[in-house]
Amino acid sequence: MSDTHAESVAFVRKTEIPPAPPPVTETGAIKWVRENLFSGPFNTIMTLLGLYVVYWLLSGVIPWILNGTWEGSSIRDCREIIGDTGGGCFAVLGERWNQLLFGFEYPSELYWRPTLAFILLFVTVPQVLFISLPRKLLILTGLYPFLAYWLIWGGSILIPFFALVGLVLGYAAFTRAERINFAAGLAAFVVAAVVAWWLGGFLTAAAPNFLALEAVDSRNMGGFMLNLILGIVCVSLSLPLGIVLALGRQSRMPLIKYVCVVFIEFVRGVPLITLLFVANVVLAYFLPPGTNFDLILRVIIMITLFASAYIAEVIRGGLAALPKGQYEAADSLGLDYAQAMRLIILPQALKISIPGIVNVAVGLFKDTTLVSIISMFDLVGMIRGPILSSTDWVGVYWELWAAACVLFFVVCYGISQYSQWLERQLQTDHR
Amino acid sequence: MAMADTNPQGMTVSDEVAIEIKNMNKWYGQFHVLRDIDLTVHRGERIVICGPSGSGKSTLIRCINALEEHQQGSIVVDGTPLSSDLKNIDKIRSEVGMCFQHFNLFPHLTILENCTLAPLWVRKIPKKEAEETAMYFLEKVKIPEQADKYPGQLSGGQQQRVAIARSLCMRPRIMLFDEPTSALDPEMIKEVLDTMIQLAEEGMTMLCVTHEMGFARQVANRVIFMDAGQIVEQNEPEPFFKNPQNDRTKLFLSQILGH
Repeated sequence: MSDTHAESVAFVRKTEIPPAPPPVTETGAIKWVRENLFSGPFNTIMTLLGLYVVYWLLSGVIPWILNGTWEGSSIRDCREIIGDTGGGCFAVLGERWNQLLFGFEYPSELYWRPTLAFILLFVTVPQVLFISLPRKLLILTGLYPFLAYWLIWGGSILIPFFALVGLVLGYAAFTRAERINFAAGLAAFVVAAVVAWWLGGFLTAAAPNFLALEAVDSRNMGGFMLNLILGIVCVSLSLPLGIVLALGRQSRMPLIKYVCVVFIEFVRGVPLITLLFVANVVLAYFLPPGTNFDLILRVIIMITLFASAYIAEVIRGGLAALPKGQYEAADSLGLDYAQAMRLIILPQALKISIPGIVNVAVGLFKDTTLVSIISMFDLVGMIRGPILSSTDWVGVYWELWAAACVLFFVVCYGISQYSQWLERQLQTDHR
Repeated sequence: MAMADTNPQGMTVSDEVAIEIKNMNKWYGQFHVLRDIDLTVHRGERIVICGPSGSGKSTLIRCINALEEHQQGSIVVDGTPLSSDLKNIDKIRSEVGMCFQHFNLFPHLTILENCTLAPLWVRKIPKKEAEETAMYFLEKVKIPEQADKYPGQLSGGQQQRVAIARSLCMRPRIMLFDEPTSALDPEMIKEVLDTMIQLAEEGMTMLCVTHEMGFARQVANRVIFMDAGQIVEQNEPEPFFKNPQNDRTKLFLSQILGH
């Protein structure tokens, strides 16, 4: 055998041929591109069209950013520096940054106070958002609103202190009297809180300068700070109110049910902007003359009522999605209404409602810019008013509005990402 | 029907009355679901209620722990009259355990939390004790190793056994079963029935709506047949199955035992 081979075959391979890689056109990026971008004439055309659109966008935006200037103190300076390179005049952001953040009337030497309040947010909010953190830290969260009020508005610390004391005493009275029944608990809460606030009012009046920070009036609040204040306060208030309204709408007691239905349907049927006008102008007619009812407080009430009606409907959807068996199982174990809601129904209904609630929260946060229409100088109000109408920066639209978009986008995208994370955390049903 | 002190299975029945239903009527709107129900259940009795669908058997046992309201007549459970008084209703519910066709476990809580929830919040038992009780009953239904899982990770039969354990953790004096095996695959029915048989042997007062006639023969001391909202016939299992008196009972039994 081997002899014949040796004569007839010139070469015999002694080693195995290594496995050949698949053709380049069938693997990796090239395969993906072929299959997804150039799989047919139509897709090829769409791909080329898409590439052109991307090119067109980038060719506008990139020179605008790269050739833009951060130097200069007016649009005229900018024009000199930029020439005709098509760059943006970002100098306005540096020049007016504090105004964008705090408004134009907040005393500049006090900027540290809202900044500190903002930083404290990162110490007091995570324990609400992340269940794994120690529950005791929630005490900080409970103290935060009062501390933040003191820092931002200033004045004697006795004002927020007694507000807190009233709530704590009210809660203590509530837990005592709730053993009789819920209504008695509520009444005890109101009585204890009002008495504490009333006495606190006297003490505050007696010592108006006790641990006082320089007071800043609500009219002087502005910029992105105002949007954040309105957004955070209104979201935190409208969630519990929305839960109460949603449960009230399901109540078997006709009075409670119809009060909730009428409230929800009325508020949802009215544009937010009309409610804000009511807060700004009309409310003053109904209040006794001389009462000084803070404008920001009025706006907070209106936005909260508005958002709570929407949240109530979102949560009602979550409640309706729960099988009737969950209510029956809770009942059959002897849990009372409050326990069944708190332990069984709401945890599940709220979980189902997370996307809807986040939708409302993000919408609410962006709607806080509507206060610019009732002449409050939030971020949008600042840009539309004082900044764009100043002779220095007239016509610098793109840079300012882009900055506003970025600020809002960062917050809203953060909320959205958090909610998706939370949904994954709460995924226990393994469907 | 004469009440026997002991039934063929040798499980004792006392003379003490656990549930007394007198002349009870219920309507859904205009529809008369339950008509003139009279039923006395003694402590330790194991009653199986059967009948065609829509005959009102589930509604009857759901009236006993006030998941459904009745409009006429009286129900007395363990000496507590069932009225619109919420305190009485809560008292009865904490004494009466119930298992549902679809288990109705709480999907957002672990098995252990499902079992300790009511003892913690209704009975106000310390957490450690509640957990010990829960583990005791989970061992009894033979799934202690699943304690830290969520209901969605368990099979149907396991879920139903957890549901039974959850009810037992409240140390009820009466157990109601509303078609506990109807939503289960055949091979899982046995494990649930075994748990129920074990419970019966320990002397629990039980009312079961079920179509498991083998279970009825083995543990019931009385079988009740309902049709169109009425108790048509009731008897001890042997005579009930061998010699039904009513035509509707005969028809029903021939249909369910005929295949």
